[in-house]
Amino acid sequence: MALYKWFFVLGFIFCLCGMATAQESGVPPDSANIDTISQSIPPPAPVTDLQAFDTRNDHGHSITLKWKKSADDGAGNNSVIGYEIYTWEPNMVDSMAQLRSEIDQVRAAIYGGKKTGEDLKKKIRTLKDQYDILLEQLTVAHAGYPEGGEWRLVDKVPAGTETYVHLGSKEKLAEGYIPDYTDLYYRVDALTADSVVKTPSVVVGPVQCYGQWFNTEQVPVLITVILFGVLILYFVMLARKGKEIYVRPIGGIEAVDDAIGRATEMGKPILYVLGLGSVSDVATIAAFTILQRVAKKVAEYQTDLIVPTYDPIVMSVAQDVVKSAYYDAGRADTYKEDSVFFVTQSQFAYVAAVNGIMLRDLPATNVYMGKFYAESLLLAETGALAGSIQISGTDEIAQMPFFIVACDYTLIGEELYAASAYLGREPILLGSLKAQDYAKAAIIILSILGIIATVLGFTWFTEFFHVTS
Amino acid sequence: MRREVPLFITFFIGMLLIFSVFIPPMESLGEDFTVFFDIIAVFAFFLGGGNLLRVHVSKLTRQKRDWQYSIVTLLGFAVTLVIGLFKIGNPGGIAAAPTAAGSLFQEIFDYCLVPLGATMYSLLAFFVASASYRAFRAKNREATILLIAAFIILLGRTPFGTVVTGWIPESFDVLQVPNLAVWIMNAPNLAGQRAIMIGIGLGVVSMSLRVILGIERTYLGEDKS
Repeated sequence: MALYKWFFVLGFIFCLCGMATAQESGVPPDSANIDTISQSIPPPAPVTDLQAFDTRNDHGHSITLKWKKSADDGAGNNSVIGYEIYTWEPNMVDSMAQLRSEIDQVRAAIYGGKKTGEDLKKKIRTLKDQYDILLEQLTVAHAGYPEGGEWRLVDKVPAGTETYVHLGSKEKLAEGYIPDYTDLYYRVDALTADSVVKTPSVVVGPVQCYGQWFNTEQVPVLITVILFGVLILYFVMLARKGKEIYVRPIGGIEAVDDAIGRATEMGKPILYVLGLGSVSDVATIAAFTILQRVAKKVAEYQTDLIVPTYDPIVMSVAQDVVKSAYYDAGRADTYKEDSVFFVTQSQFAYVAAVNGIMLRDLPATNVYMGKFYAESLLLAETGALAGSIQISGTDEIAQMPFFIVACDYTLIGEELYAASAYLGREPILLGSLKAQDYAKAAIIILSILGIIATVLGFTWFTEFFHVTS
Repeated sequence: MRREVPLFITFFIGMLLIFSVFIPPMESLGEDFTVFFDIIAVFAFFLGGGNLLRVHVSKLTRQKRDWQYSIVTLLGFAVTLVIGLFKIGNPGGIAAAPTAAGSLFQEIFDYCLVPLGATMYSLLAFFVASASYRAFRAKNREATILLIAAFIILLGRTPFGTVVTGWIPESFDVLQVPNLAVWIMNAPNLAGQRAIMIGIGLGVVSMSLRVILGIERTYLGEDKS
């Protein structure tokens, strides 16, 4: 038997002996220690200045608590190990919990298709009616503090904490539901290593929670979105009036036309990889818009296009995009339905399949646009080995270095989003690019002003842009 | 109508979700719409499976180039599907979960798919080496700077870096290779990354506004009207 197994056997015997000794003595081994601790730990100082108020900028059902930590927390006797937050609740919440449990059981029976011989839907309606009646009485019951209720533990927080948000559910049937416009009471107990020795704070309340209609924390975001939106609309209007708009050249995008031409000359296909993103990713949407431009050019030049996809919904949208591009180019007859196809939703199986295509079909050009993760270098290096011209674009910062190293052209960051507008050269879309450039200039200026303001001690300037989610 | 209806839906839902950021009672709307997306995704699985079958059956029947690989794909698809659906080799029988411990379906995943995926992933080590070799050739000024930065970081992350520059006195400890590596990562590298992130943020907002306002329509095909 291996040596480690002997250790295991010896350890097991040792544990058994320990248990037997404890049982023989008839006293739990730790009790004596606890008594000693209880005698040695004096009650800690309570938390002070406890305040409870409605959590701002939310949908209600939440109370924020703030306090000054106990004098024995990190100082004094240094005996506080944490705090317990309590709220006072009327006894009727037990009946409500019982009803919730019954509702859940009936629901499970309905979903499970159990035949119980009774009308389960009627039963659930009756239970919900009973629950609603109790819910209506809840506000009145809370107002009856301190009669007909008890303190219940909400949560435990570690020592040093001075803020706690009691975040309730807004769903009436959820366990953690906190009613709005109802008197609530809280207290915070300072805890020691001995669970018996703790000191409660003064009770704070009544306090009510309620929802707000506008999140004032997001004002800087709102101002920025409005200004940016106005800037876009302004440049789009300018473009519509026929004003010439200059947009700086982007090497990677200008290479797309050459790459398609090269593929046509070589009589080889173009591989377009949309990455692992879903249709809800903005990078994938940007990749669709570039695919439309590429597919139109491919249709005009009568080159083959291969689009292996990772996500079935992405496949469906990509098929539509490529089809419409062929129609737009007046080459609907040359559209091949199998050019856009689903491979798999397993990351490395997808890589294996795409790498196989690269090495068997030897595409003249590989275009990688969208969301990429660990597979970026596997794809791009294989493409480089196959001798293809490679153009990539992603908004995943961690993958950009791999693409920059292995591809001929890389669209960095926002260039991915600009590519479609740039390829189309449509004045309206170029207008939005111009707005983007002005916004970047504004951010550079604000960053410099922020540095100067911080150095000079004007913190209000940076605080104005502070946003909490 | 082919264009107006999708554009209206995009505008309406997009604006609703923008408002939900600023109006707390609407903040759960994003999660609610995710449920709709999940429902569509369920149907998309059938779409994906159907497309896979169509492409490979067509390749097989027409004996296109490399049609033999399609046999492997179709067999793998059919065998896994049948074993998963009918719980073949599942100790819990038909009532158990397809991924129950010890089931044949789970074993196919554990002993076929996972090792194959790991094999592909392990290739990354070799590709990183070949890509680094190409990137770190000091062809021009930028590539030389990249090479020096990479050399310092590689050295700084190894015990050798500490040994080599450990003699530098405390007052000049910034010149010790591990500290230089940390500085490169935290100052120039992070500054560059943040600049790209700001650009991406603006690009996302700009792209989203273009799509929501109907300025960007290329994904719907060109406007003939």
